[in-house]
Amino acid sequence: MLKVEDLNVFYGAIHAIKGISLEVAEGQIVTLIGANGAGKTTTLRTISGLNRAKSGQISFKGKPINTLPAQDIMAMGISQVPEGRRVFANMTVLENLELGAYLRKDKSGIKKDMDHVFEKFPRLLERIKQQAGTLSGGEQQMLAMGRALMSRPKLLLLDEPSMGLAPLLVQGIFSIIKELNQEGTTILLVEQNAHMALSIAHQAYVLETGKIVLSGDAKELASRPEISEAYLGGAVGH
Amino acid sequence: MAEFLQQLINGISLGSVYALIALGYTMVYGIIRLINFAHGEVYMLGAIFGYYAITTLKLPFFAALALAMVLCAGLGVIMERIAYKPLRNAPRVAALMTAVGLSLFFQNFTIYSIGASPKAFPKMQQINWSFMGATVSNGQVLILFTAIALMIILHFIVQKTKMGKAMRAVSFDQDAAKLMGINVDNTISFTFAIGSALAAAGGVLVGQYYGVVQPLMGTLPGLKAFVAAVLGGIGIIPGAMIGGLILGVAESTISAIGYSTFRDAVAFAILIGILILKPAGILGKNVREKV
Ligand SMILES: Nc1ncnc2c1ncn2[C@@H]1O[C@H](COP(=O)(O)OP(=O)(O)OP(=O)(O)O)[C@@H](O)[C@H]1O
Ligand SMILES: [Mg+2]
Repeated sequence: MLKVEDLNVFYGAIHAIKGISLEVAEGQIVTLIGANGAGKTTTLRTISGLNRAKSGQISFKGKPINTLPAQDIMAMGISQVPEGRRVFANMTVLENLELGAYLRKDKSGIKKDMDHVFEKFPRLLERIKQQAGTLSGGEQQMLAMGRALMSRPKLLLLDEPSMGLAPLLVQGIFSIIKELNQEGTTILLVEQNAHMALSIAHQAYVLETGKIVLSGDAKELASRPEISEAYLGGAVGH
Repeated sequence: MAEFLQQLINGISLGSVYALIALGYTMVYGIIRLINFAHGEVYMLGAIFGYYAITTLKLPFFAALALAMVLCAGLGVIMERIAYKPLRNAPRVAALMTAVGLSLFFQNFTIYSIGASPKAFPKMQQINWSFMGATVSNGQVLILFTAIALMIILHFIVQKTKMGKAMRAVSFDQDAAKLMGINVDNTISFTFAIGSALAAAGGVLVGQYYGVVQPLMGTLPGLKAFVAAVLGGIGIIPGAMIGGLILGVAESTISAIGYSTFRDAVAFAILIGILILKPAGILGKNVREKV
């Protein structure tokens, strides 16, 4: 569904992404894990069209997208929950969700999807008129995810959804990610919480300073000693 | 007492024009963090367009007002596309210099095109009403009601329409807005269009109130409206309205107590005061600017 080939991204002279290739098959959860500064966020931003690749190819459903403006990429069905949530703090929960459906015109479909979001995140319904900036971190994460779902994406990019959340909330978010996937949304999940990510993903890629150093079946990777040492804190004995 | 009421009335009608111009400054700043110093010239051009619409095209007042607003909206969009868009990622001082350059360009181009001499803007038949010892003219009522109507429309656009939501989203976080599928370039153009149309309305209203328009008429009101925007809190729409009204009333009051020679200095005294006391403005939160 999504194919990234030999991607190179620079910030000025900094070579942040050094020729990575990866693939996300329809219906799967694929995770991209790696330490701080590995280039995970840069990869997602480039897929969404917020950053431009110097070279390489990104294609979605067979069509190249790496030269398209961000709004066209969104219109094709790729939605992102960015790192740090980036909800519109000066707007209400409802307005944030409406912005998620910005490109849609089917009023009844939007209404249905909003109800669906409220089913998944009942807390958002309770806070519907509240300014997003006054929500707790966990609620903001729910809002950011709900907002992304409002475009009814085919591919959902998630950048560290567990960041800064209490373990119980992380559990909740991950089970919702799994649910979304079972309902048919393909997911590319960026995480530092490698243990959790590998436990729900089908495929995994390990990124290290801009390069992919390992990839394969998520369960299989999770059992490799070098992974558990480097990314699972060595503590998870398999 | 009647005298002060009189100055309050004068101040409010003057202030609502400052508010109209200040809205453009503040909206543009809100969305691209640029002080568009050519904005006063958009106000001037609005007045000039209104003048020709009434004298040459023989349009009735409100049609002339609408035409001037549309023309300036287009001008604002072109100005942004040609002059500011290429500088969006350049250091801010480059855009600021460009704004000053544009402002001089508009002034001199207008002088070159129509001459520097003031033109008599047709005034409507003046009617005065007495109100608790003060006098209210139909020109003042026209300014006030037109300004209020435009601000209500603006409020509706910003709060209720899709484009308004896009504007708020882009001014809060451009990248997040892009992730919603919002076309940031179009949203910025739209913001320039609205801000410029409001300035044009201010120009036509002032032209008809004082009965005169000329190519340099935008400089001082432009600067004062900028002060009004800063006073209310730059980037904050209700702030521009409040700042404009306060400035208008302050100026009229200074004249009323016999210091009319200091009238134009009031704005700058206010600017210095607010920058010392509360740089974020009346409605602004004193937070560090995000980088
Ligand atoms: N705007 C920027 N300007 C310059 N360098 C940047 C910028 N953004 C990221 N980088 C650099 O690019 C590299 C990759 O950063 P990126 O944010 O993609 O990493 P990450 O894997 O998402 O890290 P984290 O887990 O901390 O979020 C880092 O070395 C970072 O310093
Ligand atoms: Mg990151």
